[in-house]
Amino acid sequence: MSESLLDIRDLEVTYPIKGFGKQPFRALKGVSLDIKPGETVGLVGESGSGKTTLGRAVLGLAPVTGGSIRYREQEIGHLHRRQRRALSSEIQVVFQDPYSSLNPSLTIEQILSEPLTARGVDGKAARARVRELLGQVNLPADTADRLPREFSGGQRQRIAIARALALDPKLIVCDEPVSALDLSTQARVLDLFIEIQERTGVAYLFISHDLAVVRHISHRVAVMYHGEIVEYGDGDQVTARPEHPYTQRLFMAAPVPDPDRQEQRRADRRRLMDEQAAADEQAGAGLGAA
Amino acid sequence: MTELVAPVPVVSPTRAKTSLMRRLVRNPVGLTALFFLALVALVAVFGPLLAPADPNAASLQTILLAPGEQGYVLGADSAGRDVLSRLLSATQISIGAALVAVVVALALGVTGGLLAGYYGKWFDSVSSWLTGLIMALPGIVVLLAARAVLGPSVWLSMAIFGVLMSPAFFRLVYASVTAVRNELYVDAARVSGLRDGRIIARHILSVVRAPVIIQAAMITGIAIAIQSGLEFLGLGDLSVPTWGGMLSDGFTKIYNAPVLMLWPSLAIGLTCISLTLLANALRDALERSSSTRKRRRAGKVNGAPAERAAVVGHADDVRAAKGEVLLSVRDLHVGYDQPDGSLTQVVHGIDLDIRKGEVHGLIGESGSGKTQTAFSVLGLLPSGGRVTKGTIDFGGLQLADAGENVYRKVRGKRIAYVPQEPMSNLDGAFTIGSQLVEPMRVVLGLSKQAATERALALLARVGLPDPKKTFASYPHEISGGQAQRVLIAGAVSCDPELLIADEPTTALDVTVQAEVLDLLRDLQAEFGMAMLLVTHNFGVVADLCDRVSVMQSGLIVESGPVRSIFNHAEHPYTQSLLDAILEDGEPRGALAPRKEVSA
Repeated sequence: MSESLLDIRDLEVTYPIKGFGKQPFRALKGVSLDIKPGETVGLVGESGSGKTTLGRAVLGLAPVTGGSIRYREQEIGHLHRRQRRALSSEIQVVFQDPYSSLNPSLTIEQILSEPLTARGVDGKAARARVRELLGQVNLPADTADRLPREFSGGQRQRIAIARALALDPKLIVCDEPVSALDLSTQARVLDLFIEIQERTGVAYLFISHDLAVVRHISHRVAVMYHGEIVEYGDGDQVTARPEHPYTQRLFMAAPVPDPDRQEQRRADRRRLMDEQAAADEQAGAGLGAA
Repeated sequence: MTELVAPVPVVSPTRAKTSLMRRLVRNPVGLTALFFLALVALVAVFGPLLAPADPNAASLQTILLAPGEQGYVLGADSAGRDVLSRLLSATQISIGAALVAVVVALALGVTGGLLAGYYGKWFDSVSSWLTGLIMALPGIVVLLAARAVLGPSVWLSMAIFGVLMSPAFFRLVYASVTAVRNELYVDAARVSGLRDGRIIARHILSVVRAPVIIQAAMITGIAIAIQSGLEFLGLGDLSVPTWGGMLSDGFTKIYNAPVLMLWPSLAIGLTCISLTLLANALRDALERSSSTRKRRRAGKVNGAPAERAAVVGHADDVRAAKGEVLLSVRDLHVGYDQPDGSLTQVVHGIDLDIRKGEVHGLIGESGSGKTQTAFSVLGLLPSGGRVTKGTIDFGGLQLADAGENVYRKVRGKRIAYVPQEPMSNLDGAFTIGSQLVEPMRVVLGLSKQAATERALALLARVGLPDPKKTFASYPHEISGGQAQRVLIAGAVSCDPELLIADEPTTALDVTVQAEVLDLLRDLQAEFGMAMLLVTHNFGVVADLCDRVSVMQSGLIVESGPVRSIFNHAEHPYTQSLLDAILEDGEPRGALAPRKEVSA
């Protein structure tokens, strides 16, 4: 198997809290994760679990206070702005909110050509590349002259994907890219992600709160809880036969879109919760005795 | 299954810049102000060339000539100087000096605000401290002191005034920049490899541009007023003609030639008023605050489909509740009045029956009209929205065109509501307890003590671990899941016949969602209430509902018992929604070994 594209070891991110004597907030408490070229690693967790912080740390948007992030053997956790800019053709991003991730006052062409012209591509070549990118995400060529507000959420997310692809990156951090989309749009955008990956060999760090979405797109899945990864393994195993109690709870909590099977799932969940509560009690009693 | 043809939006491409100018010109006030200011600008540039005489040429023969005499169009002043020539020359100096003040204020305030807002850190602290200091200085005193030290130059005093006014720009820019700095598109630009200078120029300046222009217009007006004030007090340079200086001169002769005061007063007053009006018109144009809502009955109706397609109905199965119909909606149309008098229809005629004790799911994608339907039952459509046709029968009461007095007997007594965003539906200024107790006292007429007891019992019933503590907490002290439990407690406090829940779990984490769904199911059984559950999540429908109606573009396309819909969906739209569900999908599997695509 090929070596890792991205290798995260014992990563810690701590946010200072404003105010004298306040404890800083540890968003990540020693997280380790690796991504191979062309692979999708899904990152599942609930709000506040630190999954978005992990993505932002990889992008250089969060303060790394410990551990290492290595991209192709190069340490990228503490880069200067200038060195970071050089990485922009390697690591890109698609954000959750397709409404605030596109500047409302720029046309789609201006948005898409921005990363190109920043690298010195001349105007004509950039325009041609923009047409090509729009084709790649299945948007008509006349999209280029329009403003973001003329597009629906799904279309905006395609534009954001096109922007991420502009510099041919090797890794795209996808932070909840389909959470704000409708069900049918969500399925189409996910298929677009897979299609692009199969064509270009780009790797994804795919962050989502939805186990089903992550199962659909990920080769491997990591589950985050309170700033730590509690389970990490093949997507198949983690999303269908989870081993960690938290992943089990997460798995059982998602309602099944079938009334009869959901009734069964509900009963299973109740049983699991009771079992885990009993196990916790025993562990607590054991600790108390010791 | 990659069906990937994106529909082309129908909106024609418009550019924000051109339309701003057009909107400004369309506003009569803005147009007049703009016209007058253009005139002043022309005079400021060409005034000295147009002046018939030297503005400083004094003559004993022409002292205090009346307007029109001896070819002096506006007369002569106390030193026999031609008033028209002085006015024309003074315009250049007064406007020029005011512009000096604005340019200095802009240069300091905007640059400082951009740097402090974007980079923060030490520059932020230092510049905030400096602006605080400047704002605390008494402006007039500083200007008087500067005059005493530096001499009576109008340019110098206006430059100093510019420094004094720079905090106005600093604070404005600083606030806009700190707001926009955390926008995702700025993060995206950083990840795209843009330099900071470029990010500021492209993404940040465009946001602060408009408010800065508005502020500049206001500040110019203030600078002219302050400058004239100083001149009027006789603190200006007497060798150059200025509006304030002319005013001062006229004031000394107010009994002999009162008309001398008229011209500079007009110039100062009209210019200041025009600048303020222009700033207001600009703000209106930018905020697009059109408040014309005239209801025209014969208005055009937009967005209505040509004809109503038949609803795919499913026969009741054994499990479907066979109770009495509690809520009966027939041919409901909901529309929004547009500023131009037309009507945009969002719900195009739907029928909906909810029986007693039944949980009815209303499922659809965004924009399908499901929330509009729920709000029209509650009589809570946003302003401009109304039921344009159809009936809403709730236990014999007609709600479709009911007034507030009918709703007062229904809302919070017989129909309760659980919203999507729990946090924004609690008032941060009051404790949870007072927000629960107050409605119970007003609506149910309970005493304070009885209401408190009932609130505590309800908080315990909805599964909050420490009801007393939650009762005394403020909304920011509890989590989203707890807030939703509190709202559910408030909703069932009146023992309602119908509970309308609009995406009650969408804002919650999955594990919390499961708990809230359990709670809703238990309460529904306990109180025997009917429920209208608006959602986009088929899992939630499968968990709670007895019946489902599927909405698409303002119409119900399929309706029936929940099992029938899930197992035998007939409408293509329902089928496509069910196909899009990922829950049952296969996992993608491990990464297959592949050849390197690029070296």
